[in-house]
Amino acid sequence: MGPYLVRRLAAVLPVMAVVATVVFLLIHLIPGDPVSVMLGPDATPTQIEATRQALGLNRPLWEQLVGFYGRVLTGDLGQSYFLDRPVSRALWERAEPTLVLMLCALMVAVAIGVPSGTIAAAHRGSAWDRGLMTVSLLGVCIPGFWLSLNFIYFFAVRLGWLPAAGYVSIFSDPVAALRYMVLPAFSLGFSQSALIARISRSCMLEVLQQDYIRTARAKGLSQGMVTWVHAFRNALVPVVTVIGITTAVLIGGAVVTEIVFNIPGLGRLIISAILRRDYPVVQGVVLVTAAAYVLINLGVDLLYALIDPRIRYD
Amino acid sequence: MTEATVDVLVAAAPAASPSIRPRWLRRLLGNRSVVAGALILLVFIAAALLAGVLSSYNPTRLSPALRLKPPSAAHILGTDEFGRDVWSLVLHGSRISLLVGVSTMLLTSLGGIVVGLVAGYSRRLDIVVMRVMDGLMAFPAILLAIALMAVRGPGVWNVIFALTIVYMPRTAMLIRSTVLSIRELDYIQAARALGREDAAIALRHILPNCVGPLLVQGSFIFAYAILAEAILGFLGVGVPPYVPSWGNVIASGKNVIREAFWVSLFPGVALTLAGLSLNLLGDGLRDLLDPRLRVQ
Repeated sequence: MGPYLVRRLAAVLPVMAVVATVVFLLIHLIPGDPVSVMLGPDATPTQIEATRQALGLNRPLWEQLVGFYGRVLTGDLGQSYFLDRPVSRALWERAEPTLVLMLCALMVAVAIGVPSGTIAAAHRGSAWDRGLMTVSLLGVCIPGFWLSLNFIYFFAVRLGWLPAAGYVSIFSDPVAALRYMVLPAFSLGFSQSALIARISRSCMLEVLQQDYIRTARAKGLSQGMVTWVHAFRNALVPVVTVIGITTAVLIGGAVVTEIVFNIPGLGRLIISAILRRDYPVVQGVVLVTAAAYVLINLGVDLLYALIDPRIRYD
Repeated sequence: MTEATVDVLVAAAPAASPSIRPRWLRRLLGNRSVVAGALILLVFIAAALLAGVLSSYNPTRLSPALRLKPPSAAHILGTDEFGRDVWSLVLHGSRISLLVGVSTMLLTSLGGIVVGLVAGYSRRLDIVVMRVMDGLMAFPAILLAIALMAVRGPGVWNVIFALTIVYMPRTAMLIRSTVLSIRELDYIQAARALGREDAAIALRHILPNCVGPLLVQGSFIFAYAILAEAILGFLGVGVPPYVPSWGNVIASGKNVIREAFWVSLFPGVALTLAGLSLNLLGDGLRDLLDPRLRVQ
């Protein structure tokens, strides 16, 4: 496991270098003079020159890039133009709502997706199977942000059961936090559960055709025992991959969900940064989320060994 | 190996993407997913082309007196907060969605073919190109699109540019893996032994075998692009707010959802149906072109 971990970490480094380079180059994609665009039409030439110097944009590109790598490695993501604090601190302050939302949505996705796929596979060809798979196809196609709006309309506006928007920290009032998190977590988790359900069904079907399952049935075990005790664990490895991918996809989905439900997380931070042309914050959010995406995928790879002892990393 | 043998080998190579033949068409029409997906997509294409005929209302004309009218005979899907006819907005919005979807699909295919062929064919460039592709794929797709839109500014072509950058690596990876699996086959070695140039081999013998996977991937990228365009519009960083697009209309519906649910409901239904059609089409094409990947 040790050498494998080192090899996988080494493979992550070039990917992170590309990620950092793309994030660095973003600012150079601004048409015309980036500083004039950032500061707006009212900026004076003195302000433009001062900002250009502060950002180091008057230095050669390669020099700027090396400087950027150095700062990123030391955790310095620059200074926000509008928040009057370092970008890394702004990110840290906004991370909690996004992480809580992602975690809740992941729990919803797994809680719906894995049992749906398993039940559909265990009753292949039945009305259960067709019904669950139709719902999962719709889940793939229904846009999460639109589903969020419909949830708000039905459960908050019409029925008044849950708050329409907002956020309460789980550390200050856990019950209120849960009430505020139900709708965002379900709207974000539902579409992800569809993919998990489809893959779970496919993997389960494959496992249910194995000889040892036939043996288990021949021994007279019940359908439930065969499905959940004998087949489930072996069908779990590819499902964990999808759950890993889902976690990574949730980062992007959380941004949009936060806007709909007015949750003060990283999504709201990046959108307000875009509207205020606060490019260091845009760069910081994109860089940190991409790094999280890469690390989650690495974590999923390492999880395999824990779930399936047959997998060896030599 | 004689030249005749080589020619036989080249001729016996896996069939390049089959041209449209009656048998192929029969198989295509016999697949329920493909037929259902294609029919729904055709309805959207017709709606986009005939938007001006199917609705007599100008989607950009503001009529404050008609603000937030519920669905009625005059406005079958109601009106929005500016008095614009929602049916007309949905019809004209399909033009933007289809334009972004088709353009992104074509550009990602083109870019993916070039990058994938180069990477798959040149071992030296492969490492560099694929690390760049890995890096681009490490970004959550919608976040990279948002960041690119942040620096490029709102606009239809900027959306297409951003989505092409976001989705192209997926196509490039697919083409590369197809090229790698074909590159060492006998008929390619034979073509090489005949003295054919690498570029000619890539275009004449390898590329046609990539058409199947490319079609499947293209239909999914079409679906992702339509959805991503709507998300960008909804977040206010896509096409300008005055342009009738599904994402923009859903965003304006969000502000008035308590009084007028229909403003966001119908563009969302259109978006879901468009996604459904392309997913059905993609699933069906995958089943037809690569039965190994068929979802059981």
